[in-house]
Amino acid sequence: MQDIQQLKETIKALFDSQRLAVLATQGDVRPYGSLVAFAATEDMKNLLFATTRATRKYANLLKNRGVALVMDTRTNQTADFADAAAVTALGDVEEIADHEEQELANIYLDKHPYLREFIASPTTALLRVNVKTYIMVSRFQNVQELHVGE
Amino acid sequence: MSLILPFEQIIEKDRPRVGGKAYALSVMAKTGAKVPSGVCIIADAYRRYVRSTGIAEQIRLELSRKRFVDMRWEEVWDAALRIRNKFLTTPLPRRLYGDLSRPLLQRFGDVAVVVRSSAPDEDSARASFAGLHESYVNIRGTEAMIDHVRLVWASLWSDAALLYRRELGLDVSRSSMAVVVQELVRSERSGVAFSRDPNDDTRAVIEAVHGLNQGLVDGTVEPDRWLLERRSGRIISHIPAVRENRVVADEGGVGAGPLPDELRNRPPLDETEILRVYSLLLNAEEFFGSSQDMEWTMKCSELFLLQSRPLTTAANEEKDDKRPWYLSLKRSFDNLRILRRKIEEDILPSMIAAADEMAARDLTGLTEQELRSEIIGRVDVYNSWVAVYWKDLIPFAHGIRLFGIAYNDAIRPKDPYEFMNLLAGTGMEGVQRNRMLNEMAALVRSALYTSDKLRERLADDRRFQDLLLGFMARFGDLSCGTKQCSQGPDVITDLVIELASAPEVEERSAPKDVTALEKSFLARFEGHERSHAEELLDLARTSYKTRDDDNIYLGRVKGQAIMAIDEYMRRFSKDGSISEPELKKAIEGISAPDTVPPKGPGKNMQEEGFRSKARQITGQPAGPGIARGKARVIADASDLHRFRAGEVLVCDAVDPSITFIVPLAAGIVERRGGMLIHGAIIAREYGIACVTGIPDATSLIHTGDTVTVDGYLGIVTIG
Repeated sequence: MQDIQQLKETIKALFDSQRLAVLATQGDVRPYGSLVAFAATEDMKNLLFATTRATRKYANLLKNRGVALVMDTRTNQTADFADAAAVTALGDVEEIADHEEQELANIYLDKHPYLREFIASPTTALLRVNVKTYIMVSRFQNVQELHVGE
Repeated sequence: MSLILPFEQIIEKDRPRVGGKAYALSVMAKTGAKVPSGVCIIADAYRRYVRSTGIAEQIRLELSRKRFVDMRWEEVWDAALRIRNKFLTTPLPRRLYGDLSRPLLQRFGDVAVVVRSSAPDEDSARASFAGLHESYVNIRGTEAMIDHVRLVWASLWSDAALLYRRELGLDVSRSSMAVVVQELVRSERSGVAFSRDPNDDTRAVIEAVHGLNQGLVDGTVEPDRWLLERRSGRIISHIPAVRENRVVADEGGVGAGPLPDELRNRPPLDETEILRVYSLLLNAEEFFGSSQDMEWTMKCSELFLLQSRPLTTAANEEKDDKRPWYLSLKRSFDNLRILRRKIEEDILPSMIAAADEMAARDLTGLTEQELRSEIIGRVDVYNSWVAVYWKDLIPFAHGIRLFGIAYNDAIRPKDPYEFMNLLAGTGMEGVQRNRMLNEMAALVRSALYTSDKLRERLADDRRFQDLLLGFMARFGDLSCGTKQCSQGPDVITDLVIELASAPEVEERSAPKDVTALEKSFLARFEGHERSHAEELLDLARTSYKTRDDDNIYLGRVKGQAIMAIDEYMRRFSKDGSISEPELKKAIEGISAPDTVPPKGPGKNMQEEGFRSKARQITGQPAGPGIARGKARVIADASDLHRFRAGEVLVCDAVDPSITFIVPLAAGIVERRGGMLIHGAIIAREYGIACVTGIPDATSLIHTGDTVTVDGYLGIVTIG
């Protein structure tokens, strides 16, 4: 197990190395999974992603703000079972308020500059996950939690 | 491309595919040295096998279970056994089988062969370590040859190789193994030779035994030894051996037997033959351009070269490198047989006698000075037994492993630890001790005493008191060895009361199919081999039982030292401490009987705004079963009496002072790792789920946490 400093660094390194995450939202009947481009704030308290408002995930979020985001270092090789790490973030989503929009949009666009037009569209929502817990899995079966705001 | 290259076709560019051993033999044959006829199965065959069967990934998973630096050597051995079993139970894909079997059949037919490792890099100057990989002698028939090729492949990941993984550059995605198959030379004399004595540059060394080389290599047969002047080959000295045994090829491989009388007084080599070996050695050195470590053999006065490789010296071994010691624990059957006699006839009875003798001495009448000397004497006695424990008792545990490998080779079970079923239920001391505790608990249950004033009632119950006295006479005060001797029999009564509050936990009765397992194991052997298998099983059972009993006996000796210290504290220590320097030194010098991984500095799991928590930790699966319950972390002996039935025991190591609470535990989590450690053996005996080898267990898990112990996969889940 890693101490808290190492754990935070490992998770941050994973944020830096990955562009996409799997977002899980809760639909009326069953969960729904989708791939989103994500970015993290420096303090690790928030994860950011964007979606157009016509999507199924957005509709789900209007009903239930609870989400899970999965980010991982897999390379689609069998070696992943031993070598890959995955982080699941659990938290609640909220749409970003006007006064913070520019600052958070900059963080998001620093990582994904090619999404500038997408973000600028009035039909797109930039969303923030207020992370409660990170769960990191490494070496196939070792699991460590990082609770935020405690 | 052919996967098999005859020695005569090997050229320099083949070296990475054929490995150092095969390459050296092929070039030496070309220089005119006599080399037993053979072929090399190139490393590509290994790669095709591990990739197409998925074994490569299974090895990767096995080795990434936890950080290598956190693994004790016992865990390394366990990992190697599991990997070996994957090779043993995974047949070659059909095409690969055809590509190997046809040429092997063509070349060797029914001729007996030797199957040996030839790992690329194995014999380079960088990583020349003898005995890391396996060789098999006297193998006959294509099927058996291919079986043993698989075992040689598996030995790329042997425990020894894993210990030297850094030096070898072991890497699942890159490492591979070539295999040499050679006709067996049924030689009369064999040996090794070093072109440079590691202790003296000006000398060369030749060692020789009657029979095959295996006896010399595994230490069963003592060799004659000659020191030669390197420049001239002049014999400087001859150190004759006590020649008693030799190893010869027999029906099932090789076996040691007594040396015929007429050979006992005859050195294996005469002076002319020594010079011939010396001259072959020099040729090899000249050809390869470096000092050589050579194996040779002689049949009808014909000298054969078996292998030649660069000589490595011990000079670059680190002083605190414990690996050579770990490797020395690997004992041959004959060696263990001798050790068993010593342990059964001398060591254990003497250890018991030492404890009894101390127990018979009355401490209450001693003066302060007398008690001081008594304590120092008792600590000395205990420490000397700890030394014996390390020297003879720990190595004897290898009997379990030796049997495990023989069982797996014969049966090829899915579970590489199936063999443990044949060893359990041997009536070990720890289990008998718990049986007596259970008997007392049953009496408390049946007496239907109310919890009110239970202790007092039991003090008046004659049947209970008789049992208690009987128990103490046999096992001494339970709490001795835990520094709580002064609490006397009350500690035991309290424990019995706790035991009685829970339903009785029975030790696992031998699984019904043990007799069937034993039969099917023994049925694989015939004649002389059969009696060898029976003897090996018997040895392993003794080894298994001793693994526990020795700890109990040693605990009793320690208990006597602690009892004297308690007596001193009670009568002569004013403030609960000991200030007399000599006495203090003696007490501080009480040795630990076994190793527990040192605790690192506690991990910081909290900082402003964040808190970290372990959720799931992987260790070693050491006792099959699954359990869920509240954790009880035992940091020291004073926590023991708080243990409640149904809790999960979390501790450094289940040592004799803890064994008695095992029947109360729903599951066990240990910091010390391994399948054959004391705690794992006791857990198996009671069928309790057990995971070992979690170095941070006692700091990451807290008393009261709900934990799930998965003893099948070696996983502990917290919360």
